[in-house]
Amino acid sequence: MAAGAAMMAAAAFLPVAAEAGQTLDKIKERGVIKVGVGTTPGFFTPDSNGRWQGFFVDFGRALAVTVFNDADKVEFTNSSPQQRLPALQAGEFDILLSGVTETITRAFKLGFHFGPVVFYDGQGLLVRKDLGVTKGEELDGATIGVQSGTTGELNIADFFRKTGKKFTPITIEETSEFTKALDTGRVDALTQDSTDLAARRTQLKKPDDYILLPERLSKEPLAPAVRAGDDQWLEIVNWTIYATIQAEEFGITKENVDTFLKSEDPAIKRFLGVDTSLGEAIGLDPKFAYNIIKAVGNYGEIFERNVGKGTPLNFDRGLNQLWTKGGLIYSPPFR
Amino acid sequence: MLLRIASRKRYEPGFSKPGSWASARQWLGPSPFLQAAFLFVVLAVCWYLGNNVVETMQRLGLKLGFGFLSQRANFEIGESLIAYSSSDTYARALLAGLLNTINVAFFGCVIATVCGVMLGIARLSGNLVLASVARAYVEIFRNTPLLLQLFLWSAIFHSLPAPRRAIEFSGGFFLSNRGIFIPRLIFDGPSVFIWLPLAAAAAGVTIIATRRRFFGQRFYATRILVLSVAMFVAVCWATGVSVSAELPARGGFNISGGLSLTPEFAGLLTGLVFNAAATIAEIVRSGIQSVGNGQWEAARALGLRPGHIMRLIVLPQALRVITPLMTSNYLDLTKNSSLAVAIGFPDLVSVANTTANTTGQTLEAITIIAAAYLTLNLAVSVLMNLYNRRIMLREERRR
Repeated sequence: MAAGAAMMAAAAFLPVAAEAGQTLDKIKERGVIKVGVGTTPGFFTPDSNGRWQGFFVDFGRALAVTVFNDADKVEFTNSSPQQRLPALQAGEFDILLSGVTETITRAFKLGFHFGPVVFYDGQGLLVRKDLGVTKGEELDGATIGVQSGTTGELNIADFFRKTGKKFTPITIEETSEFTKALDTGRVDALTQDSTDLAARRTQLKKPDDYILLPERLSKEPLAPAVRAGDDQWLEIVNWTIYATIQAEEFGITKENVDTFLKSEDPAIKRFLGVDTSLGEAIGLDPKFAYNIIKAVGNYGEIFERNVGKGTPLNFDRGLNQLWTKGGLIYSPPFR
Repeated sequence: MLLRIASRKRYEPGFSKPGSWASARQWLGPSPFLQAAFLFVVLAVCWYLGNNVVETMQRLGLKLGFGFLSQRANFEIGESLIAYSSSDTYARALLAGLLNTINVAFFGCVIATVCGVMLGIARLSGNLVLASVARAYVEIFRNTPLLLQLFLWSAIFHSLPAPRRAIEFSGGFFLSNRGIFIPRLIFDGPSVFIWLPLAAAAAGVTIIATRRRFFGQRFYATRILVLSVAMFVAVCWATGVSVSAELPARGGFNISGGLSLTPEFAGLLTGLVFNAAATIAEIVRSGIQSVGNGQWEAARALGLRPGHIMRLIVLPQALRVITPLMTSNYLDLTKNSSLAVAIGFPDLVSVANTTANTTGQTLEAITIIAAAYLTLNLAVSVLMNLYNRRIMLREERRR
């Protein structure tokens, strides 16, 4: 809270009007991109060397490649769900890659714009197995842990009102206290984006005692958030993410990207910057897509490496599969 | 009241009321141009900041205003002293949060005072073990961060057994990580208005008792208590009110019925009390030590016992030192209760944060928080100052 107030105070001192282009100028001057992230294993977590790793973190690195051609010119800062939006607003971050749900209120009333959805999620419920609950509706009279500052706070109230059941919320800001509440049995269930819950489940003392209910209470499209009013910066974010998606669609990976440099396909030539006309036209380094794939890999690689099969989270691609394979992940054409 | 005191002071005999020009001169001080320049700088900074806020908000498409207060809040609150549901307005949600804050602050101040006074006296005890334990307590709780202490208490209350395995005491008392449950008395009868004459009677008894005490007559505590209870029973019987106890019982996911104290409230209250009591103990100790040794010696010479000396001679004098410091402690405790947000107690700040987050009216939410704490603390301050004037030395008051 104090931080929130401080941020508003900070906002008061910030120079007015972030006109188009200002964010990029500031980043170049600073030499590093500031990215706000959360703390969920698989999505954003510092490893034993203090280097940030994770699904969202990789998109931050991809962005650094687009701007600086250096995946390390990016600085990650952990921000709680409560504080992240005011912090972005106050200019503490250039972009939030912390699993923010894109909503119309945030876009119109709160002054944020969103890049492409990088993860399609839905709100879930994590409960103890021995409660014998199989559906959200059976949680009548239950105590449910909610993380403050998320859309989950509103969704869960809507869900129970719709089903005519009662519940008691325990709204906790501290992420670690939030998980602990379930571990100690203070709450019967936790509610949050289901991927986040799956990740938290691995942090519990006995993960096997808990089960993620199959139903989804809401749709949660998680997208990068930036301050409204800087179109150039928003487009850089958009096309950095599209580049990872387009690469997967072309079948270009971190390993085989160099072999594609000799490709005769004009679309691939434009995409990788072998044919420089596209890059010159849009004002970005013609080879930015090549650089991104070389440094962090394509969308599928980022997914599998951080949250896919073989990771502790063991997620299915599900909706986050390419559109060509029945999912929702789609990039506009690079032309 | 305060204003009257202030004005009385200014127009004591010997001073004549200054004319308007003289007042203006007095206000401007000896170097009026410097004052004016300073005022100008302050106003300019305010104007710049205010302008910046307004422009920034305009750029982001935000509109300043409190219209959102009458909109539906759409979120639930864990515990509330007033009826609240997610279909109520933001205004009601904030009121529920404010009442939670006042609740924890009030009980915090009362309990911390009792504990702090006992600890402060214990620190000066001749019993070395007691004095050292009190000292260790004070050092530990004054020198570690309050937030850390809150996490500790919250963890302790959360580590109680889950409701289905709750510790049960006979008579319907439960101890679980969902809260501490006790039986609740339920009054069933024709009308709640029977409370009004009863309350009036109780107030009357209290006033009579107080007056008697002030006029030096004996205070019939036991008789008054018996009389009150008898009156209460008589009124209940006469109006056909029945009293029954609602026992808490296990059911569903939780224990239901009875009165409950949630772990969040208990954790916050315990944390605030333990922390404030340590500071109050130090204040009480220094207050007691400020009373001259001669007072002790004189009292001992009169043959008073140590307990009497403390209660009748030393504490009343020490109060003059203690009270102003206590005021600032109560203010601290009230403000510190805002840390509740970290351990999940829905206080004003927690509710206002959610409000800010869902409406985007951050500036307004912060203004509401600030105004609420300012009002609360000014009220505490005024009450404590009134009390302080009452216990001041007579000459001090007249001066």
